[in-house]
Amino acid sequence: MAMHRGRGFASINYPIGMNLGGDPSQALVHSNPDGKFTVALSSIDLGQGMKSVTRQIAAETLGIPVADVYVDTADSDTGPHCMGSFASRGTHRVGNAVIQAAQEARAVMLEAAAEELEVDATDLVTDGRGNIHVKGAPSRSITTMAACQAAQFKQGRTVSGRGIFLIPLSEVDPETGEMTPVSCFAHAAMLVEVEVDDETGEVSVLDMQSAYEVGRALNPKLVEQQLVGGAWMGMSHALWETTEPYYPDRSHGPVDFNNYLMPGPGDLAPHHISVLERPAPDGPFGGKGPGEMCANPVLPAVANAVYDAVGVRIDELPITPEKVLRGIRANGGARPKMRLARTQFAGAR
Amino acid sequence: MAKKPVTFILNGSERAAFAEEGLNLLEFLRRGIGDLSPKYGCGQGTCGACTVIIDGETHLSCLTMAVAIEGRKVETASGLANGKVHPLQEAFMEHFAAQCGYCTPGMLMSAKVLLDRNPAPTRADVIEAISGNLCRCTGYEPIIDAILATANMRRLA
Repeated sequence: MAMHRGRGFASINYPIGMNLGGDPSQALVHSNPDGKFTVALSSIDLGQGMKSVTRQIAAETLGIPVADVYVDTADSDTGPHCMGSFASRGTHRVGNAVIQAAQEARAVMLEAAAEELEVDATDLVTDGRGNIHVKGAPSRSITTMAACQAAQFKQGRTVSGRGIFLIPLSEVDPETGEMTPVSCFAHAAMLVEVEVDDETGEVSVLDMQSAYEVGRALNPKLVEQQLVGGAWMGMSHALWETTEPYYPDRSHGPVDFNNYLMPGPGDLAPHHISVLERPAPDGPFGGKGPGEMCANPVLPAVANAVYDAVGVRIDELPITPEKVLRGIRANGGARPKMRLARTQFAGAR
Repeated sequence: MAKKPVTFILNGSERAAFAEEGLNLLEFLRRGIGDLSPKYGCGQGTCGACTVIIDGETHLSCLTMAVAIEGRKVETASGLANGKVHPLQEAFMEHFAAQCGYCTPGMLMSAKVLLDRNPAPTRADVIEAISGNLCRCTGYEPIIDAILATANMRRLA
């Protein structure tokens, strides 16, 4: 009886968004009487950072401080339509809609400022600190608050904008089956090292090395947070979690946290992450979406590492000690480094 | 069910309210007192979201009878900030130790008891201290980092 170490690798292309009859998101942006802006969305922030990243995108596009933007994601009854926060689509779809809405609102804000300064709106720039001034002449300036107030109280304009981003439905070619369901892919590669106990069948993840390509990381700390937490979920799905351990037999299905297995703080593996930034041509400021992709490479990498460690190929998740032990028994014992042995044998021939 | 008066100290202030005899402390704090910082997660003592401190020890408020806190000192996450945010809360923000935030009040309680007893915890000590608190978002790593960072900051201060 022994402990066997194994390494597994996996890489993925992960499509951003989905294509069930088209994939739209909308955003509405308007200024308030205090010169600050509200972005209205129906997209939900579940802690992944939707509010923070759309706030940054709106501020950058409007040319105003982040502190002057409020993002309201509260209500799908009163907000503009959004397909939702899933499929890693939030930053890409909603971010693009916010850019379009903010550009329209910015144009009105600059027109209002132009009227106050008696100049042409095309000659105006924003400094990102709450001022609008004539290009090359910073002293000819007006605050964004004064411009928005003038628009509302003197000029009778709404400083507002509408935005939508749509990936239209891609029909399947009946001859070839070909389609273009998404415009944007994120990528990841992961190397996992595991240790398998051939007496108990237990698998522990010792180390994870990963590289994630996420377009531009619009908020690097939020990206890191998603990658760390998401990869943990991937490890959990690879080795612990299931609601149907003997599907389609319902027996031994967990009914509460006492029976539902997942790794705790004592089961963590060190995770070394490289974030690669290859800005997406159609992403908001080049952003794609880490989202679900954080978890995905972990599962096949762990399955490959188990195969490398004891020679058991498991294709049903999670990889429980029972499945590992049954596999070892079926093989007549642990067979470490199967792939290596086979390669050497082929070489010898 | 009969109601009993319960007098106790909540986050440093004396409070008194009536509690039904079978009522658990979590419901008592949330509905009776209006302190919403302890969270209802599982209601059976496995998730740790309802963790509060009673006389310096962590307790699962969903498994504690409200009448049992008569005359005792109860601390919750809403009492951590005193004028400014508590160093633990500061570190949780700094290290992005919350995503959805539902486990955070319980995590803060477990962390506070650990640091009150052990100003120089090891990583293993931190893991043991929060092993009764489930988190579904962060992968625990940022939470462990935040607690260790708080201990380090205190030693330097």
